[in-house]
Amino acid sequence: MKKNWPLWEVFVRSKNGLEHRHFGSLHAADEAMALENARDVYTRRNEGVSIWVVESRHITASNPENNGELFEPAQDKVYRHPTFYDLPDDVKHM
Amino acid sequence: MKNENLYNYILGIADNNLILGQRLGELCGHGPSLETDIACTNISLDLLGQVRSYYQYASKLKGDNVTEDSIAFLRKEKEYVNVLLVEQPNTDFAYTIVRQFLFDIYNNLFLEELQKSHDITLVAIAKKSIKEVSYHRRFSSDWVKRLGDGTKESNLKVQEAVDNLWTYTDELFHLTDADKAMVKEGIGVDVTVLKSKYYKIVNTLLTEANIVIPDSKWFQKGGKEGIHTEHMGYLLNDMQFMQRTYPNMEW
Repeated sequence: MKKNWPLWEVFVRSKNGLEHRHFGSLHAADEAMALENARDVYTRRNEGVSIWVVESRHITASNPENNGELFEPAQDKVYRHPTFYDLPDDVKHM
Repeated sequence: MKNENLYNYILGIADNNLILGQRLGELCGHGPSLETDIACTNISLDLLGQVRSYYQYASKLKGDNVTEDSIAFLRKEKEYVNVLLVEQPNTDFAYTIVRQFLFDIYNNLFLEELQKSHDITLVAIAKKSIKEVSYHRRFSSDWVKRLGDGTKESNLKVQEAVDNLWTYTDELFHLTDADKAMVKEGIGVDVTVLKSKYYKIVNTLLTEANIVIPDSKWFQKGGKEGIHTEHMGYLLNDMQFMQRTYPNMEW
C-alpha cells in the first residue's frame, strides 16, 4: 500500500511571526491526508500554528555535484559582508 | 457514598475512553504505516488524557484511598461499565477505523450536550475534550470514506467491519440507573435523544462511502451493566498486568 503513496515535504510555522520551516517528510495519498498526517507526525507536541505540505516531486533541488561552482566562489570574499564600517555609537541594534 | 450516582455516571463516560484508548494503544509500533500508527496512538493519548480528568474527579468524590490509578487499574471486569463497542479487537485497519468512527460520531454529539451540564467540572472537561474529539471524528470519517470508496478490497473490508460492529451501536443510547438520576438533576446527558441524529449522520456518511447500512434490528448490550464480551478479560489482563504483578508500583 505504502509503495503507492507519494512523498510530501512538511513545513511548520512554530509561532505567529516566524517563517515556516522545513520539518521533515512523510507519505500520504493526497494533500488532505498529507495535512492530517503532518499534524499527527510533526505537531503533536505543540510545535506549530500552521502547516504547509508540498509533494516532494514539485521541489527543484540543486545538484551536489555542482557545489563547487555554486558555492565555493563565495567563500573567500569577506568584503561581501558589511563588516568594514565604523558604526556611530548612536546606531543600535545592527 | 453521597454522590454514588455521579461517581457511577463519570465512570460510564470515562471507561469508554479508557478501554478505547487501550485498544488503540495496542497499535503502537504495529500500525499499517508510520503515519497511521502515530495518528492512532495520538488519539489514544487524547482519550487517556480525558480519562485522567474524569477519574481524578471521581476519586475526589469517592475519597478513602481511591486514586485515578486505582480506578483505572484495580477494578474487576464486571466493575467496568464501558460500552461493548470500544472493547472489540482491532482485527484489521478497517475494524479499527469503523469502531473509531462509530464511537467518534456518538462522542462528539455527547460532548456537545455535556457542555450544558449543571456540573461545572464536567462542563470544563467536555469543553477541553470536544476539540480533540472533533479531530478524531474528522480522522475516522475521512478514512471510512477513503476505504469505503477506495478499491474493491478496501470497500469489502469496511463493509465487513460495519456489518459486524453495527450490533454494538444501539447500546450507546441506553440509560443506566445512574444516567437516569443524573439526567433528572440536569447533570447528565439524555443520550436517548441523540439516537436519531446519530444514525442520520452515520448513515449519510456510510452511504457516501458506498457502504450498505445493515438492516439488522438485533443489538448487543450489557457493557454499561458490566457484562462484557469475551475480549474484555484479555484486554484487562494486558492493561492491569503491571499493577497486579507489582502492586502500588509507580513510574
